[in-house]
Amino acid sequence: MDENAPLAECLSVSRRFGGFTAVDGVDLRLGRGEVVGLLGANGAGKTTLIRMLLGLLPATAGQVRLFGGPPSRQARRRVGYVPQTLGLYDDLTAAENLAFSAAVFGRGAQAPLPGWLHGYRRVLVGDLPLGIQRRVAFAEALGHGPDLLILDEPTSGVDPLARARLWETIADAARAGAGVLVTTHYMDEAGECGRLVIMAAGRVVAAGTAAQITGDTRVSVVDTGTWAAAFAALEAAGLPVALAGRTLRVPGASPAAVRQALGPVDARVTEAPATLEERFFQLTAAGARVGRPDPVRKEAG
Amino acid sequence: MNAPPPAGGWGTHAVSVRYGRRLALDQVTFRVLPGQVSAVVGGDGAGRTTLLRILSGAIGAGGGMVMRPPRIQTGYLAAGSGTYPDLTVAENLAFRAAAYRIPAAVAGPRIQAYLDRAGLLAARDRLAGRLSGGMRQKLGVIAAMLHEPALLVLDEPTTGVDPVSRADLWSLITQAAAAGAAVVFATSYLDEAERAAHVLVLAEGRELAAGSPEQIVAAMPGRVVAAATRPPGPAGMRSWRRDGRWRVWMPDGAGDVPGGGAELVQPDLQDAVTVAILAREPGASPAPATSGTATSGTATGKEG
Repeated sequence: MDENAPLAECLSVSRRFGGFTAVDGVDLRLGRGEVVGLLGANGAGKTTLIRMLLGLLPATAGQVRLFGGPPSRQARRRVGYVPQTLGLYDDLTAAENLAFSAAVFGRGAQAPLPGWLHGYRRVLVGDLPLGIQRRVAFAEALGHGPDLLILDEPTSGVDPLARARLWETIADAARAGAGVLVTTHYMDEAGECGRLVIMAAGRVVAAGTAAQITGDTRVSVVDTGTWAAAFAALEAAGLPVALAGRTLRVPGASPAAVRQALGPVDARVTEAPATLEERFFQLTAAGARVGRPDPVRKEAG
Repeated sequence: MNAPPPAGGWGTHAVSVRYGRRLALDQVTFRVLPGQVSAVVGGDGAGRTTLLRILSGAIGAGGGMVMRPPRIQTGYLAAGSGTYPDLTVAENLAFRAAAYRIPAAVAGPRIQAYLDRAGLLAARDRLAGRLSGGMRQKLGVIAAMLHEPALLVLDEPTTGVDPVSRADLWSLITQAAAAGAAVVFATSYLDEAERAAHVLVLAEGRELAAGSPEQIVAAMPGRVVAAATRPPGPAGMRSWRRDGRWRVWMPDGAGDVPGGGAELVQPDLQDAVTVAILAREPGASPAPATSGTATSGTATGKEG
């Protein structure tokens, strides 16, 4: 296989469930050593897309290619996958989980237990701290040296140092040549991804680096001694307002408009660059307006 | 009418809790002020849930003092629950309103307003068990704040919740604080904690840092630098990945980063909390004189 050929590729891929379109004409390309972040609200179509890449769900239209061919069982042996639920057996120890996975992937000789697991040798996975469980799931997914890693919310619920350690593992795998597709709800992690793909209502609404996606979007910032009064005034004016400490941030409204909406409330209104999260809201709100009123049905995707 | 909080707000003073041989909370002091959002952060097993259970009145403290309003004036959302899966959204809230004896004429419009704010109006006749995780959490928060409690205690309302539902949850939380409630929530998202007025960082049942996000950052010992690669030697032990680069904690007296090319960064809450966690790890401190028992309180920046 050509070194520069994509590991995974979606060409105008759609997936419908009855009359509902979960994924709608998505193009995606993932190369060697790349870390691509897939962002989107629940129901945006991320999980459906991942299932198609894993060959668990056929596309209704378009083409899904894994290592240059269809996502066959053979191709799947080259993929490491960590689902949101981690996919570990709670009533086995970490070593037993790793041994079982090694046997499934046909690796006879088991690698020695990683040093950080020694202290937990006799503990069942269900009793391990969440951060350790996540590391075990990573070790299992990486055990067979996959060319493609697919990680669904890999760092949810762990402290910042444990999160950074997990990203270290992801970056090491990418440096060794694996392609990584990772979903996250935590915008701060977007900085670890070389490229981001933002989905809303089944479509890709933005793609590029975090800086490219945020661009020069700006928000209004309200500094006031009476934030509750300012909050009420801005809400009454129908503006989207978010509390940050004792200041308020208003995306999508100019300082002049915010000043006017505040009326008699004593406040200083300035402008600041938008965060990726604020830009994300604008993009996904615009994407969601295109259709799909039923979020529960979306979840089914 | 809600009872006024004691001077200094609701909270705990030197509270300890023991589960069997394990000390879940060790002398923790925490203040929650009315009209303010406070955050409790920490990893798995840090003691967040125990502290919030104490504040909600669900469990008692083994030692220390707890200042909390009567149960009827407290709203509590436990982690991962708080709704009845086989009742609809509307039935869940009607049941809660009846339990708190909110008159129907008050409850009806209030439920309507909260559902609207949370983007849940279209889902009012759906079974709670059929909601997405984010929607279920929003329903749980509405149920906890429906009786306009003086103290609103939310255990991880946003963990695993997508950013759009998180924004809705923040809108609800902000609404409660704007109406005068003391709001406290547990989270593992540091960017979210940074939006709180007061933050308590816990690790293994102990306070690691406390204060406003700015105070916690200001109290961080040493400096944080950014480098393209992980530095060799002891500095490497004090490094962590962030934004595709390496952050390195340089405690006072640690000298320069080996290898050069590192630049000083203005730390934020995430850096300060990471440093506080790192400072407790064996081998992370620069010299034997400052390692061991001295490290646990180094990042503490208490108010007042």
